Amino acid sequence: MSAIPQSGDKKPAPAASGSEEFALYESRKQIYPQSVSGRFRNIKWILLAVGMAVYYFLPFARWSRGPDLPSQAVLVDLTNGRFYFFGIEIWPQEVYYFTGLLILAAFTLFLMNAVAGRIWCGYLCPQTVWTDLFLLIERWTQGDRRDRLKKAKQPWTLETIAEAILKHSLWLMIAWWTGGAWVLYFADAPTLVKQLATFQAPTTAYVWIIILTSTTYLLAGFAREQVCLYMCPWPRIQAALTDEYALNVTYRVDRGEPRGSVKKAKVLREAGKPAGDCVDCNQCVAVCPTGVDIRNGLDMGCIQCGLCIDACDNVMRKINRPTGLIGYDTDINVQRRAEGLPALKARIVRPRTIIYVVLILAVASAMGFKLATRGSLGVDVMHDRNPIFINLSDGSVRNVYTVRILNPKGYEREFNLSLAGLPQARLSVMDEPVGGPAGVPIVAPPNQTLELRVTVTAPPDAHLPQSTPIQMVLTDAKTGETVKKNDYFKAP
Amino acid sequence: MVDHTHQDIDAATGTATTGHEWDGIKELNTPLPKWWLYVLYATMVWAVGYWFLYPAIPLPGGATPGILGWSSRGAVTIDLKELQAQRAPMVAQLNKDSLQQIAADPKLAQFARAYGHSAFGVNCAPCHGSNGQGSKGYPNLTADRWLWGGTLDEISATITHGARYGDPDGHQGDMPAWGASGILNKQQIDDVANYVYSLSHKTTADVSAGKKVFMDNCTPCHGENAKGNIQMGAPNLTTKIWLYGGDKADLIQTITNGRGGHMPAWGSKLDPATIKALTVYVHSLGGGQ
Repeated sequence: MSAIPQSGDKKPAPAASGSEEFALYESRKQIYPQSVSGRFRNIKWILLAVGMAVYYFLPFARWSRGPDLPSQAVLVDLTNGRFYFFGIEIWPQEVYYFTGLLILAAFTLFLMNAVAGRIWCGYLCPQTVWTDLFLLIERWTQGDRRDRLKKAKQPWTLETIAEAILKHSLWLMIAWWTGGAWVLYFADAPTLVKQLATFQAPTTAYVWIIILTSTTYLLAGFAREQVCLYMCPWPRIQAALTDEYALNVTYRVDRGEPRGSVKKAKVLREAGKPAGDCVDCNQCVAVCPTGVDIRNGLDMGCIQCGLCIDACDNVMRKINRPTGLIGYDTDINVQRRAEGLPALKARIVRPRTIIYVVLILAVASAMGFKLATRGSLGVDVMHDRNPIFINLSDGSVRNVYTVRILNPKGYEREFNLSLAGLPQARLSVMDEPVGGPAGVPIVAPPNQTLELRVTVTAPPDAHLPQSTPIQMVLTDAKTGETVKKNDYFKAP
Repeated sequence: MVDHTHQDIDAATGTATTGHEWDGIKELNTPLPKWWLYVLYATMVWAVGYWFLYPAIPLPGGATPGILGWSSRGAVTIDLKELQAQRAPMVAQLNKDSLQQIAADPKLAQFARAYGHSAFGVNCAPCHGSNGQGSKGYPNLTADRWLWGGTLDEISATITHGARYGDPDGHQGDMPAWGASGILNKQQIDDVANYVYSLSHKTTADVSAGKKVFMDNCTPCHGENAKGNIQMGAPNLTTKIWLYGGDKADLIQTITNGRGGHMPAWGSKLDPATIKALTVYVHSLGGGQ
């Protein structure tokens, strides 16, 4: 067995020597996907247009939140630690919503996988979408597959150089816009656009634009299917999650074989002999963006984009044979056809998909419920650790706490901070003379976190144990909304 | 090194060999990818640039300085200057305002507390603890008793001039060594310790002998009611807070050998703004009066 790349031959060498011999690494072959039109191509174009429109223009959408607050609909405000998404405002301590979103995204991906394999890869993955766009430009500037294949073999001419320059400039423009749109999510978009144009934007913005411009240019322009084959973990993971009921782009061997020209098939059919519909035109291979021959069966490189279906259907229509020689089909049907059994209808509703849908609904409703019922008030209590308690001259014991009150509302609010669980102790806020059993009035400024040093003092004759559970109770003076936080009172 | 005369094509792989051969095993010529090599060369060029621009080659008496004149010490100095420039307006305000004005201005007080906290960590924490909690012999600054007074001005005076540290304006006053100097005998010390202990603890024992010793010897500093005197740094003996411990053994030790810890005079070491910030911070720890 040799580790040295020898040829572009993907298949194992004939097992003449008795041992399997194959190259562990294959050097990349440039793929020149041909343009195709059809149902799945149209779906892809629509998704591409919608996805890109959302990505590029969403930062400019406005959302009025009142004075002193950003009016950008979607904004990641890192400086102030806020994330705004239309009517939702997320504070740093609520980042678990993002965890929830990630879990939802994972389950949705699993569901898509259970229904139709790597359909995410073929239609929605940014790598696919941007590669599609870059290929469109490549075709527009340098011609379709045939022209590009021809030009690749020819020496450079003024014309081909001009075409290449045009292509790369357009690629770079899109890549630059991609990076540019990215940074707009992190600052007020119209302002940042002006700053960027006048070279007054923060250095970070330029750095991120450069990073995303270069990655977009390299990944969509050059790496392309290499990303799907070698960089992306999803093909490996999805292989473990898929099952025999998942729809996959499949070549119908029973209908297609034996392959032959239209004429030959006609002669065979007239003679009553079996003849396949596949005319070996190789259109399915020519249009494939990852260079797969789907007729060899399910392939690791197949991203389920369905372009070969479009290509094959177009050919079938031309030669007056039924379409669907290549189509979305399940593994179980492939098996049944091989055994001569009739194909089953696609079953989308089955235990696996039901479980995913239930999980998605459960997580989404839990998040929705939490979001809808989340308090308009946050309280954090931290016990001072050093010293953990203080002996006072009259023998009383004092504990000091840092209490953080978070007022996410855009107006000033009045609260009452009181103590529960230790009736003999007295709560007061440092630097404020008032305090006592009724609690301390607190004024929380709008949209801010207020930090207070709060002392709890137990009288000399309290005889407290080393640790007593207590509660800090914060009550909104107007609405009566109450938040309680557990902590401990420590004594010698 | 490569013996090009023996280069040939390996039959099994069809790849050229380098001419190296060991016991009949030949090395295939599979060079590194060109892009990889160019990246390596680029890093070499980059490194040469670094030699000239930055301190690089160690020589006796120091490394080559580099034409940019950069040094880590210089970079820290610049950072510190930037920090000082950032703080300048607030520090100027600290210098200008009185301690009471600083404490009354929430924004300035907040700055003073933060500034004071960091200065405390550098200068005061070794003795008083990271949050002023103190330890035996080192006053707890979070409690409500002060040897030399706990108002803003008194705290400021103590920080500036220290105690028993040679500063003529600093606090003076020692606890004499009553036993070591032979003024009191063991029995008297035991009696007076019992009496002092009874001042802060409920006891039914007869402490009249100790009270007499106390009245004869201790009242000039600690007062007849043992409430102490902050002018002399004489502690109030009727409270539950003891700098050197309030057990009878501790009391006997204190009375026999005396006490007199030192607080450095920071006025000669720290600038006035820092001392003001420290004062506000210490006052805010919870014991300020």
